Amino acid sequence: MNELIFFINKVIISGAVLGSIYALGAIGITLIFGILRFAHFAHGDMMTMGAFITFLLASAATALGLGAPLPMGFMLLPFAMIITALIALGLDKAFYAPLRLRGARPVTLLIASIGVTLMIQGLIRLFFGTKTRTFFANEPKDIFRIDMSFLGASRPIVITEPQFLMIIVTIIAVVSLHLFLTKSKFGKAMRAMADNADLAQLSGINTKLVIKVTWLIAGSLAAMAGTMLALDVTLKPDLAFNIILPIFAAAIVGGLGHAWGAIAGGFLVAFAETLAIFNWAILLRPFRDKLPDWIGTDLSIVATEYKLTVAFIILVIVLLVKPTGIFKGASS
Amino acid sequence: MLIEVKNIIAGYGGAPILKGLNLAIEQSDIGVIVGPNGAGKSTALKAIFGLLKVSSGEIIFQGQNIKNSLPDKLVPLGLSFVPQEKNVFTSLTVHENLEMGAFIRKDDFSDSLDEIYEMFPPLKAKRHQHAGELSGGQRQMVAMGRALMSKPKLLLLDEPSAGLSPRYVIEIFEQIKKINQLGVGILMVEQNAKQALSFASKGFVLANGTNSFSGTGKELLNNPEVAKSFLGG
Repeated sequence: MNELIFFINKVIISGAVLGSIYALGAIGITLIFGILRFAHFAHGDMMTMGAFITFLLASAATALGLGAPLPMGFMLLPFAMIITALIALGLDKAFYAPLRLRGARPVTLLIASIGVTLMIQGLIRLFFGTKTRTFFANEPKDIFRIDMSFLGASRPIVITEPQFLMIIVTIIAVVSLHLFLTKSKFGKAMRAMADNADLAQLSGINTKLVIKVTWLIAGSLAAMAGTMLALDVTLKPDLAFNIILPIFAAAIVGGLGHAWGAIAGGFLVAFAETLAIFNWAILLRPFRDKLPDWIGTDLSIVATEYKLTVAFIILVIVLLVKPTGIFKGASS
Repeated sequence: MLIEVKNIIAGYGGAPILKGLNLAIEQSDIGVIVGPNGAGKSTALKAIFGLLKVSSGEIIFQGQNIKNSLPDKLVPLGLSFVPQEKNVFTSLTVHENLEMGAFIRKDDFSDSLDEIYEMFPPLKAKRHQHAGELSGGQRQMVAMGRALMSKPKLLLLDEPSAGLSPRYVIEIFEQIKKINQLGVGILMVEQNAKQALSFASKGFVLANGTNSFSGTGKELLNNPEVAKSFLGG
């Protein structure tokens, strides 16, 4: 039974946590691609930036002697989301909008976003240095242990408070985004513009406003994902830059421009990663006596260091079998 | 006059495609622009709808100069445009397509929705299907329905019959007549010149970026020179 609990902890919970982060990041990338038709490479760094903004706010609040029932970083997340959303709007106005106005091609915008990536990372290192920080220097990180002894297991299911909160906020964010995109007039206009920008303009849809709202949503979700990731692990300047490639893989696997696809892709890539690095020999442990020796004690599909390859293998397979992604995404 | 286009010169940046185009129609008119390929027929509609730069001339809509106005200004004024291709939101449902047509409206548009479904009965049954799953003729209905949702005074149609089977061509033309009878001025570009001119109240023959002939549809059909040069004898 302990083996099963171990599997739940290592695969189900880790996968759900990782999937939440990938999904929140990939939604932003897919929305920006849908509306503006370019791969926003600086998205990971917007996530990191959001986490640092939360960290600043949380440090200030702690210095003022404020306490909170939930982790301080989590309590201040809504403010950090607003600030990051406004910065995202500013980044667009300063760097991407002038290029669009000159009719720049998507690849030019992609290169510009790599520039923005380097700029954000540089600014973060300039102000915060390169060291690793934690949100839990002044408060404990609560860990929930769900007792499984009634099933005859001595190990508990373990989930930390930030992980639990992350899964909850991801569900809330995804459901609200879904309602926004399918029920509200403006959300429908966003989907219309992602589908056919020329026709959206012909219909009198205010496309400039749609672009602004896209950045606000992408920026706030980025801050959410970055902060939750930093609460789960630690805060460092390359926090989300390290996972931008699997996030892109998730967005592409799901079908670019398709919000549901980004969520599905995020969880698919995340679970594939946790399943691939899981040591399957552990599940066989109860039967070890009956198994031949050559099976060995390490049956993980890839070593943890090569986790990243899993995302790309899935990406290649999906692109070969269904080039537009699981959900039908934008072709260009 | 609902709209008057006076001597406009326009193009995509290089040599102008429209070199002095003139046309005028009333709200009660069905105006049809015909002419050989490359004469600038579609360009004329795009120029009116602000999709390309008009370098000189005037476009007067209900007394207001709308030259080089962008679509988000023109739609509230009462103009609506159905492009020839990519004229529906394929990943949105039929219903959502129509709702997008009413984007600029602040009032309750549910009776307009009912009118469109009454006008195009096949759409009502398929209202929750994605527009991309429909046949060519039904897509054209969605495209026209979308354009009508903004309650336009003038509807610009770019080759509404393109790619449709003969049965649908007749049906679409019948619908256009009906829309016109409801008080919507029509200005359309057509390849099916004879068929379109036969029900047009105003016809404009475009060649080399200027209108070489104008008149009622009947006049143009009966003009031997027009028949010889543009209608294939």
